Amino acid sequence: MNIVTTVSTWMIPLIILVILVAAAWKRLPSYELFVEGGKEGVNMAFSLLPFLLGMMVSIAILRGSGALDALINLISPLLELFGVPPEIVPLSIVRPISGTAALGMTTELIKTYGPDSFIGRLASTMQGSTDTTFYIITVYFGAVGIRKMGDALKVGLLADLIGIIASIVIVSIVFAK
Amino acid sequence: MVNYIWASMAVIGIIFAMVNGSMEQVNQALFESADDAVMLSIGLISVLVFWLGLMKVAEEAGLLSVLAKIFKPVVTRLFPEIPKDHPAMGYILSNFTANLFGLGNAATPMGIKAMEQMKKLSKSDQASRSMITFLAINTSSLTLIPATVIAIRMKYDSAAPTEIVGTTIIATLISSFAAILVDRLFYYRRVRKTKK
Repeated sequence: MNIVTTVSTWMIPLIILVILVAAAWKRLPSYELFVEGGKEGVNMAFSLLPFLLGMMVSIAILRGSGALDALINLISPLLELFGVPPEIVPLSIVRPISGTAALGMTTELIKTYGPDSFIGRLASTMQGSTDTTFYIITVYFGAVGIRKMGDALKVGLLADLIGIIASIVIVSIVFAK
Repeated sequence: MVNYIWASMAVIGIIFAMVNGSMEQVNQALFESADDAVMLSIGLISVLVFWLGLMKVAEEAGLLSVLAKIFKPVVTRLFPEIPKDHPAMGYILSNFTANLFGLGNAATPMGIKAMEQMKKLSKSDQASRSMITFLAINTSSLTLIPATVIAIRMKYDSAAPTEIVGTTIIATLISSFAAILVDRLFYYRRVRKTKK
């Protein structure tokens, strides 16, 4: 654990150090370059706003109305047939859609069942091994103005599904009940 | 595609609320989430300005091309459309590296830069082959050290907060590998369709 925390705390300062030393070596005006690059960031954040807001509001309506919970109740028995523990079903559905909701669910599961229980370990693994597909697609395509997404969403969601199945299988093998 | 999904999530939610009698909650969720989105975007400013500024320095200093050179054999195979010494490669690699080390907030700005460069290559508002591959790998997550999860486990007194690192890495590997595979399958399907 100590090594892990040390690596993560040293990482960013070390990256900054390497970049600045390399720039000095090449006699570059590093501060001016930093400001120039940073200006892009301001515009980018503002151009992202409508994309994020639109997507988050739509997801919030689905969640707030209770439709998402109804959907989960509908799908649960089907997933249980495939050996998915019922406690984990909501998390696996929400994980690709909303990052904050998934983090909330993971915390709740760990709190309720304990971090060292089967459910706790499974939730931890799932949370870490997949990402919020909707957020990534919204932000990346939104930022550069791509209108036609092609197969991106399908590919992303299929990968999520495989990741979730992989988590269940691996946690079952490694931490046999 | 995204238009349908976006609209149907809201439409289904509102119709469901009519039957379910949860209009009150829908109203609340509506404005709370709009608020959250603004806060999130504003929160992104600090991260975007900092990392894009720093990456500009790194790019000029030639560090991105060094990174691109080291991992050339792997990445050229994943992104055959991108010329070997194109800046897009450097950004893609910095995005992957940041993800691997769990620096999520550094990964996003670099990913956006990578997308910008790939758009310059494709010169269209359609997602290019490389963009779809890039996003597929990103959505499957590349974390080696899931820092947030470890923190939560510590908070709830886990006997071994880091014991899930191994299972997470294996699951991530499988899902990333699957993402690349699925991406290839869809690509070949597209190629076949256009040929007909």
